[in-house]
Amino acid sequence: MASLRARSLPVAALLTVITIAAAGVAGCSSSKSGGKSLHLVAYSVPKPAYDALTAAFGKTAAGKGVGWASSYGPSGTQSKAVSNGQKADYVAFSLEPDLTKLVPKFVAANWNSGPTKGLVSDSIVVIAVRKGNPKHITGWDDLIKPGVKIVTPDPGSSGSAKWNILAAYTHVLADGGNDDAAKDYLKKFFGNVVAKPSSGSNATTTFLNGTGDALISYENEAIAARQKNQSLDYVVPDESILIENPAATTLDAPASAKDFLAYVESSDGQKVFAAHGYRPVLPGVSPGTVEGANDPANPFPTVKHLTTIADLGGWDAVNKKFFADGAIVPTIEGTSG
Amino acid sequence: MSAPSFRATARASGPGRARLGAWSGAGLGVAVLWLSLLVLLPLAAVVAKGAGDGWTGFWNAINNHAALVAIRLTVLSSLAVAAVNAVLGTLIAWVLVRDDFWGKRLVEAVIDIPFALPTIVAGLVLLTLYGQQSSIGLHWYATNQGVLVALLFVTLPFVVRTVQPVLLALDREAEQAAASLGAEPFTTFRRIILPALAPAIASGAALAFGRAMGEYGSVLLISGGLPKTSVASQYVFSKIENDEYVSAAAVSTVLLLISVVVLALLGEVQRRAARRG
Amino acid sequence: MTDVPPTVVSPSGSARPARRRKPRTAKYVLRFVAVAYVAALVAMPVVVVIWRTIDQGASTFWHAITAADAVHAYQVTAEVAGLAVLINTVFGVGVALLLARYRFPGRGLLNVLIDVPISISPIIVGLALVLVFGWTTGWFGSALQNAGIQVIFSTPGMVLATVFVSMPLVLREVLPVLEEEGIEQDQAARSLGANALQRLIRITLPTIRWALAYGVVLSVARALGEFGAVRVVSGDVSGQTQTLTLVVDERAEQFEPGAYQLSVVLIAVSAICIVAISLLRPRGER
Repeated sequence: MASLRARSLPVAALLTVITIAAAGVAGCSSSKSGGKSLHLVAYSVPKPAYDALTAAFGKTAAGKGVGWASSYGPSGTQSKAVSNGQKADYVAFSLEPDLTKLVPKFVAANWNSGPTKGLVSDSIVVIAVRKGNPKHITGWDDLIKPGVKIVTPDPGSSGSAKWNILAAYTHVLADGGNDDAAKDYLKKFFGNVVAKPSSGSNATTTFLNGTGDALISYENEAIAARQKNQSLDYVVPDESILIENPAATTLDAPASAKDFLAYVESSDGQKVFAAHGYRPVLPGVSPGTVEGANDPANPFPTVKHLTTIADLGGWDAVNKKFFADGAIVPTIEGTSG
Repeated sequence: MSAPSFRATARASGPGRARLGAWSGAGLGVAVLWLSLLVLLPLAAVVAKGAGDGWTGFWNAINNHAALVAIRLTVLSSLAVAAVNAVLGTLIAWVLVRDDFWGKRLVEAVIDIPFALPTIVAGLVLLTLYGQQSSIGLHWYATNQGVLVALLFVTLPFVVRTVQPVLLALDREAEQAAASLGAEPFTTFRRIILPALAPAIASGAALAFGRAMGEYGSVLLISGGLPKTSVASQYVFSKIENDEYVSAAAVSTVLLLISVVVLALLGEVQRRAARRG
Repeated sequence: MTDVPPTVVSPSGSARPARRRKPRTAKYVLRFVAVAYVAALVAMPVVVVIWRTIDQGASTFWHAITAADAVHAYQVTAEVAGLAVLINTVFGVGVALLLARYRFPGRGLLNVLIDVPISISPIIVGLALVLVFGWTTGWFGSALQNAGIQVIFSTPGMVLATVFVSMPLVLREVLPVLEEEGIEQDQAARSLGANALQRLIRITLPTIRWALAYGVVLSVARALGEFGAVRVVSGDVSGQTQTLTLVVDERAEQFEPGAYQLSVVLIAVSAICIVAISLLRPRGER
């Protein structure tokens, strides 16, 4: 036994070490050759869309041979990561403030001067439910009934969370209520929240793993989940908010990044977005049939009362009223723990 | 950390140490610099950040519902897991040392799995068995039981591997004397063997406790991210994601303090037991 | 080893038959509890995962392990783990030599400090590194940013995190052997004219080779499996700063296929490490 071990030991241990070291050296040299890669930093849910977009872009003349290094995560966290040094050539966030935070150090001040005003995709807030809608949730008011468990992300990190909160709040206003009634609704809403995952994508995962009766999310995320054959249905409520997602290239991004942004904003790029459940920002782009939507032939129904950020006075006013220190949301969150 | 295998068989030799020369002095300097830069400075940064907003900031960071729930879950689970391991780990070590059966080598190898397995793989492995799609009907996703099972998984080897070498090296004379005097096996175990093992058990339990307090990857998937089943490391991570560094650092400091206190206590137990034995 | 030594001559010979019955049942009960616990807790879940992977078929397996970001992850993991193990081996042997052979003030403190990192939560490790090396959050942040040196969100940060969590592994295995060995051989060699390097290669390394190998394998296993600390410092950039463990996590959390398959790859690597560990475990335990 001792002699067998004496022979196999050095071999076993040495082989392991040599393999690791060799792989490490090989890894060193080849990962450096990924220098032509463009760095894409985005919020959590559009990964399937951007996987398709980068692939389609690669088939165009401008996109030939372009490699991609992509990172997805909660919108707020990703924005802070870029300002903390994470490499980025193309950034895409859930909401404008996460992008404007990077101006002027990382993104040019005129990022939104293009034809689409810097936006690349639209969506609306919907309520996702279990298949068959066992709790018969048809709109916002059903969510505050006792015993209904809501899953919505954490507004500290997630962009989706902020859209959800705005939609929940403004639906009261759209129905003729005042600010007090809306705050009251929001309190009851938070009382029913059972989980606050860090990102829109994590919230979907939490919901699909069995937590909660209703998931508040993007329409495109609900469609994307159904495209992955996950079992959920979604309800387009009578009142919602128009989600507008911005994207931009960074200051020292190569030309190919700008080409990609142009592609994304073109009708070809918009069609790819539409196929993944996003409402196009370009007028006149017809989405075609979108698998996974409630009605694939008419995937993006008109919402009866659609509020926009412009209606609310722009993002500066919105942040001040809702998300700043001492504003509506931190106050209500603090009391509901 | 792991098997103190080589450590247990060594006798420290005090005499014969030389004074530092030029090269060794330089080497020491490099080592100290490396340690400071990599370990001391970052840990100091955590404590400093936690205190960054003063005592009120620190208190607010700790004294909120989510943080308290996370800390309580973590501490109670870690204590429970350390206790379970103290008992079962000793039992397993006993069986591995004093018993012989077909497949014992396999059991030895299986015990090493939690040492070598990446924590996220352990987490996936546990989620597969105890999650929504469990093959055995145990649905412990987002429950305290799920968290406990995950912690038991990753701490399994600690007590076993600290007790084993001591048990192996144990002098059998006292046991044999007791047996020949008519003592029941269990009495022999309780009066003679257990005190000899106590330092090793305490040491292993301390390692298990420390590991459980900080565990992240294996608990991540099965805890489901719900506040009531999130452990402290998950809470700290979400604070980092939210850019709330003071909160993250404050809770981290509390965790470090608790670990230091419990480890010091267990170290004292170990010393007392060693002195008596 | 059985628990009834047959060669003991007992003065009260009549007591022996009465004790035989109980120890036997107790022995089987203990054996059953131990084996059942280990099997249920560890073996069963691992087997289920391997089973599910096999169930999903060979082509799924192939696609999963050859996916672009998985292949990049192999490279990133090998690079980070390789560098971390190398650094810790050099550090471990060097400091072990210092602790075993020299006396200096603070020797005891150094000894204790080295054990600290491994018992700290990996998330706290990541946080600590971010608070020192992050561009906007760290003490050295502005200096690093001005110099254009990226630690966090890049390989150096990940290497530092991995080094942190596996720091004492090599040292703790090598030190007792060096202490037990003493320095007589080394001094004899020196008096015969061997210089420091020759003494290191010819005398010291052969002495510690099993302990060193054991420590290195433990470090490799730990480095390959690091997850929490790397998650905090890496930025999770697929294709660039995602280690294999981060890819497994992304697949598992996004319901993308491949989590099981890549986990099985990691399980296989862990199994190799376990085999090496059990072969290298000191003879005293066999």
